[in-house]
Amino acid sequence: MSHDVEKHSHSLLPSDPELKVKALETALVKRGLIDPAALDEIIDTYQNKIGPKNGAKIIAKALLDKNFKKALIDDPMQILEKHGFLGRQGEHVKVVENTPKIHNIVVCTLCSCYPWPLLGIPPTWYKSDEYRSRVVREPRKCLSEFGVTLPKNTKVRVWDSTAEIRYLVLPILPDKYKDFDEEQLIEIISRDAMIGTALIGSSS
Amino acid sequence: MSLRAEYRPFHEPWHAQIFALTVHLNEQGHFNWKDWSKAFSGALSSKGSKDLIINDDDYYVIWLRTLEKFLVETVKIQSDEITQYFQDWQSAFLNTPHGQPVKLKNLSPD
Repeated sequence: MSHDVEKHSHSLLPSDPELKVKALETALVKRGLIDPAALDEIIDTYQNKIGPKNGAKIIAKALLDKNFKKALIDDPMQILEKHGFLGRQGEHVKVVENTPKIHNIVVCTLCSCYPWPLLGIPPTWYKSDEYRSRVVREPRKCLSEFGVTLPKNTKVRVWDSTAEIRYLVLPILPDKYKDFDEEQLIEIISRDAMIGTALIGSSS
Repeated sequence: MSLRAEYRPFHEPWHAQIFALTVHLNEQGHFNWKDWSKAFSGALSSKGSKDLIINDDDYYVIWLRTLEKFLVETVKIQSDEITQYFQDWQSAFLNTPHGQPVKLKNLSPD
């Protein structure tokens, strides 16, 4: 494809929101309220150091060790602190365990509260109006759209996150993965399984 | 399959930038997160149906709009100050030859 560079005699004009962010940043830097280098560091942290793998590490341990699982459910903050997974938006986490009788699913109906230190930044669909409004009303239908079909006698419990409390789903480990070690488990415990919109080993 | 590969926290650089800006201001103690959450969830619940959040752009446009208002209240940034810098940046882009770094003249030390 030929592209006539000469036509762009000036730099490409960014979109209005991009310019607005720059304007805000300029105003804040001028007042000495922010340090641009700190912004880069925050972005790097959320891009490269924090993400669903953190949550998967904890969940893998819990699936392998009954005592660890009990401790994680009874006093999650103590365990998370010990493993270095404390941090903003993860100050109060509740771990909810899936069983053959109960399937847990997490939403934030008000905005997009989410356990950042364990799962990173939420995916687009978690922030969408559709998910936030529908999952409470018709959780089974939403789950089926995620490709999850539960047995009829499994109840669905929806947890609504707030600025005070965030939830992490402890999924069921299917029998076919019973021989997996911790490293192998970490690879198959998906972000969505820890939100409750997938099962371990399902495709999403 | 690697979990790391599918984790994509930010879809556009400005989404990351506005996120980091908010976190940084909070870390510096300029406001507490609960107040920000309240402002943001208020904006989400009162927005009209034309502002439906389908993608990350929709979400961060509302975040940005809310943050702007919130900062006018919390750190006393003036709305016309933001408008002025917006226009300054716009003309900086329009007046910088293609391929050269775009800077605001009155801010860059060099």
